[in-house]
Amino acid sequence: MSFKDTFMNGEQGLFKSASLTPMQKLILRFVVVGLIYYGLAVIEGMIMRIYQIEPINAIPDFQYFAILTAHPLVGIFGSTYLTVFGAFLFLVPFLMKKPLWSYKLGNWTFLLITFGTLIFWLAGFISHYAPLYTLYWPLPADFSQFSPIGGTFFILGIALVMLGSVFFVINIFKTIAYTPEGMEKQPAGALLADAIGYSGLRNLFRKKEKQKEHLVSLPVAAIARGTVDVALNAGIILFTGVLILVYLVGHIMGFELKDTAVDALLYKNWFWWGLDLIADGLVLIFVAGTWYLIAMMITGKKLFMQNIARAALLVELIVSWTVWSHHLLSDQAQPAILKIVSGELVTAFELITQGLAFYIVLATLWMARPLKMTNELKFLLGGLLGFALAVPAGIMQADIGLNRILHNTQWIIGPHVHVAILVGLTMTLYSAIYILFPIVTNGAKLYSQKLANFHFWAHLIGGIGMGAFMGMAGLEGMLRRTIYFNGEFNLYMILAGICGGLLLLAFLAFFYNIVMSVGLNGVIGIFTPSKLPVKDLLPPEKS
Amino acid sequence: MVDSQLVLYGQTIAYTCYAIVIILVMGWFGLKITKSGKGNKVSHAFFYTFVGFLVVLGVSLHIVTYNTIPWASMDVNRDDIKPDKVFNITVENHQFILPSEKLVIEVGEKALFDVTSNDLTYGFGVFRADNSMIFQMQVVPGHRNDILWQFEKSGIYTIRSTEYSGPKGAQMILKDVVVVKED
Repeated sequence: MSFKDTFMNGEQGLFKSASLTPMQKLILRFVVVGLIYYGLAVIEGMIMRIYQIEPINAIPDFQYFAILTAHPLVGIFGSTYLTVFGAFLFLVPFLMKKPLWSYKLGNWTFLLITFGTLIFWLAGFISHYAPLYTLYWPLPADFSQFSPIGGTFFILGIALVMLGSVFFVINIFKTIAYTPEGMEKQPAGALLADAIGYSGLRNLFRKKEKQKEHLVSLPVAAIARGTVDVALNAGIILFTGVLILVYLVGHIMGFELKDTAVDALLYKNWFWWGLDLIADGLVLIFVAGTWYLIAMMITGKKLFMQNIARAALLVELIVSWTVWSHHLLSDQAQPAILKIVSGELVTAFELITQGLAFYIVLATLWMARPLKMTNELKFLLGGLLGFALAVPAGIMQADIGLNRILHNTQWIIGPHVHVAILVGLTMTLYSAIYILFPIVTNGAKLYSQKLANFHFWAHLIGGIGMGAFMGMAGLEGMLRRTIYFNGEFNLYMILAGICGGLLLLAFLAFFYNIVMSVGLNGVIGIFTPSKLPVKDLLPPEKS
Repeated sequence: MVDSQLVLYGQTIAYTCYAIVIILVMGWFGLKITKSGKGNKVSHAFFYTFVGFLVVLGVSLHIVTYNTIPWASMDVNRDDIKPDKVFNITVENHQFILPSEKLVIEVGEKALFDVTSNDLTYGFGVFRADNSMIFQMQVVPGHRNDILWQFEKSGIYTIRSTEYSGPKGAQMILKDVVVVKED
C-alpha cells in the first residue's frame, strides 16, 4: 500500500469503521478525544518547561498562570477521565456479559466531559482566570486579580465535567445491578454488595463452608470501588463550585459577599478531602484494577492471591477517605492529631496497598513465564515502575519533618506527581490501549512496531528523567507555582525540558502510529453513527 | 540542631539509591519473564514477608524522622517551648510587613515567626543565598500561622512566599532581611 493509501485507509485497510458497533464507536470517541486533550496538556507542559528556563516574552505572567491552572485539569479531566471512563463503560458490560445499562447516558458522559473541558480551558485562556486547581479560599473570589465572568464560565465547565462523571457513576452501578431484557433475573443487591466489597468483608467473618462465591470479577470490583470515589469527588467539587459561583454571580450582580464568611482552613480541609479522592483514591484503585485485568489478559491465568487483592482494594477505598491531611502538614493551624494520624500514618498505608498490588501483578506475570515482550506487557511494566518510584516519593513528603523542607517545591510535582501520572498512570493506560486496540477496532493492525518501541522508550526515559531533574531542583529549593526570572535553576530546567521534549515526541509517534493504523477515513468514521444495534458490544461474529 | 541542608542531602542519597535499585530490579524482571526457567511458583511466605516489610517501613520512616529531624518534635510541641525571639509579621495585598527592617537572630536562638494574613492564603519561607530552602509554612487567613526555628548557621537569608496567591504574588520576595549572627 502506498503512504497515501495507508494514511487514508489505515494499515492494510483492515480497519472498517462501518463494522463497529455503537459501543465500539463510543469508546473510540472517548479515547480519541482523551488523546487530543493529552496532547494539549503536553503542549501546555512544554510551554511551562520552556518558561522555567527562560520566561517567554510573548506570554505574560498572568497567561502563564492561566496555563498552570488549566494544565492539570485538562490532563486529569479532559484526558484521563475521558480515556478511563470510556474504557470502563466498555469493560464493565464486556466483563459482566450484558449490555451497558444506558448507551445514551454514556454518550452524555462523553459530551459533557468533552465540552466541559473545552469551556473551562477557553475560560482560562481568554479571561486568564487562574486560581489553580487548589482554589485556596478566597483566591477564586479575588476580583482584584480575576474576571468574575471568566471565573463563572471556568466553574461552569468544571461543573459540566462533574455532571458527566455523575452520569458515569450511575451507568456503571446500574450496569452491574440491572437485568437486561430476556435474561434471568439478576440479584441486584448482592451484585452491588460484592462489587463494593461488602460481601467479601462479610466472608471474613463466616466459616469457610458458608463463605459466598464472588458474583463479580476482580476488575469489575476495582472499577466499582474506584467509582465510589468518583461519586464522592464529584459531590465535593460540585458543592465547592456552587459556593464559588455564589460569590462570582453575586459580584457580577453588584452584591459583595464577605469572603471571611468561609473559613479558609475548613475549606482547605474540605476541598483536599475531595481532591484526594482522585489522587489517592480513584486513580490508585483504577490503576490497580487495570493492572490486574491486563496481567490476567496477558497471562491468560488467574491472579496471584486474588482474595488479598480484593481486600487490598477495599482497604485502599477506606484509606482514600482518610488521607487528605498529608496536604496540610505545613498548615500550622491544622490539628497535630490530624497531621500525625491522617497525614502520616494512614498515608503510609498507601505504601502497603500499592505495594500489594505491585507484588501481586509481578507474581502473576512471573508464574506465567515465558512471556512475549508485547507492547502491553512493556507498558504495564513501565506503569508498575512509575508507581514504584512515585509512591515512596509521596510517602517521604507525607512526613512532618521532611514536609517542612519539601512542601510546594519541585520535588512534590516532579518525582511524585509527574512520575505517578506520566509514568505510572499514563503507561498503564497505554498498556490498556495497546491490549484493547484489536478488540475495539475489530482486528485493526498496528502500523509500525518500531514507532511503538520508540513510544515506549521515549516516554519512559522522558517521564522519569523529567521527574528526576525537577526533583533535584526541588531538593535545592526550587518552588512550584512560581516563576524564576534569573535562571536560578537553569541546568536542571534545561535537562527537564529535554526530557519533556522526549515525552512530546513519544506522544507524536504514538498518535501518528494510531492514525496510520486506522487511517484518516477510519478516524472520521468513528464519529459517524453506527448502523448496528445499540445493545451489541461487539459485532455478532466477534461476540 | 541539624541543618535542613544535611537532611536534604541524606534524603537525596536515600531516594537516589532506591530509584536506581528499583529501576534495575524492573529491568531484570522484564528480561527474566521473557525466558522460561525453574521456579515458576511464588511462595506465599515470601509474599507475607514483603507485606510485613512494607508495614515496618511505612511506620518506621516517621518514627526515625521524628527522632532524628529536630524541628519535627519542636514543631509539634512548639506551644510548650518558650521562644528567645518573636517576630510578628503581617501579609496583605501581596506584601510582607515586617516588625523591623531586618530580623536579627543569634545562632542557636529559638525564633518564633508568627505570620498573619489579612486577605489570601500565602506561604512563608526562609531561603539561603543559593536559593535553597531552610523551612516554610502555609499562611492561612483567619488562623494563627506560627513556626519555631533554631538557626544553626550564621548568614543572611531571604523571605519568600511559598504559596501561589495569584499572579500578583509570584514575586513576593524580601531579599536578605533575616540576619543570623554568631553569638
